[in-house]
Amino acid sequence: MTAAQHTAARAGLVSCEACRLLSRPASTSTPGFCRRCGEKLESRHHASIETTWALVIAAAICYIPANVLPVLNTTSLGETEADTILGGVAFLYASGSWPLALIVLIASVMIPLGKLVALVYLMLTIQRGSIANNRERTRLYRIVEIIGRWSMLDVFVVAFTVALVQLQPLTSVAPGAGVLFFAAVVVLTMLAAESFDPRLIWDASGGQQADHG
Amino acid sequence: MTVHVDSSSIACPDCDLLQQLPPLPRGTKARCARCGSVLASRPSGPRDLPLALAIAAVITFGIANVSPLMGLSAVGRTASTTIAGGAYQMWLEGEPLVGALIAFSAVIAPGAYLSFMLVLLIAARRTPPPHWVGEMLRWAHHFEMWSMLEVMMLGILVALIKIAELASVEAGIGMYAVFALIVLMPSILVTFDTRELWSRVDWVEDAAARQTSTGALVAETQK
Repeated sequence: MTAAQHTAARAGLVSCEACRLLSRPASTSTPGFCRRCGEKLESRHHASIETTWALVIAAAICYIPANVLPVLNTTSLGETEADTILGGVAFLYASGSWPLALIVLIASVMIPLGKLVALVYLMLTIQRGSIANNRERTRLYRIVEIIGRWSMLDVFVVAFTVALVQLQPLTSVAPGAGVLFFAAVVVLTMLAAESFDPRLIWDASGGQQADHG
Repeated sequence: MTVHVDSSSIACPDCDLLQQLPPLPRGTKARCARCGSVLASRPSGPRDLPLALAIAAVITFGIANVSPLMGLSAVGRTASTTIAGGAYQMWLEGEPLVGALIAFSAVIAPGAYLSFMLVLLIAARRTPPPHWVGEMLRWAHHFEMWSMLEVMMLGILVALIKIAELASVEAGIGMYAVFALIVLMPSILVTFDTRELWSRVDWVEDAAARQTSTGALVAETQK
């Protein structure tokens, strides 16, 4: 890597997000459409930081009722018991299946929280013009993108518990209000990861040589 | 600043670095020199493999959606549920939005992904492939992201262990079909050489130019 490193944006080029064809539009702010596949061209995602912030804040707000409100209401012999997400984890742990308790704890509590923290960290470092740890930050983004879907786990657990326990004569199970907020957290964080543009991490480095690490 | 650009030039999707892609032997992939994300990969399997996998996946998807996922029996009563049944029950229990989200991520998104891939793979056999395969591939990628069969599978497993205390539970045919789908669905895109498709595709620009010239021709003959 002795030659100067150019990004497509610095060379006046726009890469098509669908087919990767490089175009040289007359203006990079309004690049038009890809000549090969017809996709709308964008040098960077439109209003990436603003959109991601909005979605992350909305998800953080929903995260509170998602954990405080019950996700599952179990009625057995006239007595109703309300379980929150952490309550469900405690139940699994108490019933002796600690590996499953750990999986649910990771998927429902740590992944959503970790995603929010990671996205906030990425956006703050971009807004402060940081040029350190670019490679690690890009990897962090890729992890957020890949594992995000797993936080849907508890929504499926609730749905199939409810669907199966209906015909029981003595016990009935209903979803609690928390499940809606929890589903909202999953959708909002997935949309936030999608609107985030990892190329912004590298834009501050400008024409400088990449940090080899 | 002028940079030479040809058909082997590519900008990294994650860090925008311009680089030249070397000719890739079968079964290899190229990573970005700066951030390490995968720039391109060339599958090693035969060209028709993705289509075969897609057809198998469509059939399995049909089975997974009509057969019961699992059955439950307790005190002489039995119950069973399908994937759609899980979503529908949430709707009935006063959580229509969550029910819709489950239906979307477990039925609609995987179904849409498979349909788009099937049409795309059949169209890709034409020479040149029509330019709308690009749009199909774009949609397929979006729907793949929202299709969460593997998450659902783990969710069902957790639910089963919770219920196992109350009743005896049995896995149904649908469960095995979902297992097969979890393997089949991602393998379609993994074995599919998208770069090769793009190199053969009919450009939107050319198609538009052709349309204008035929339009002119029609106008000429009508005169």
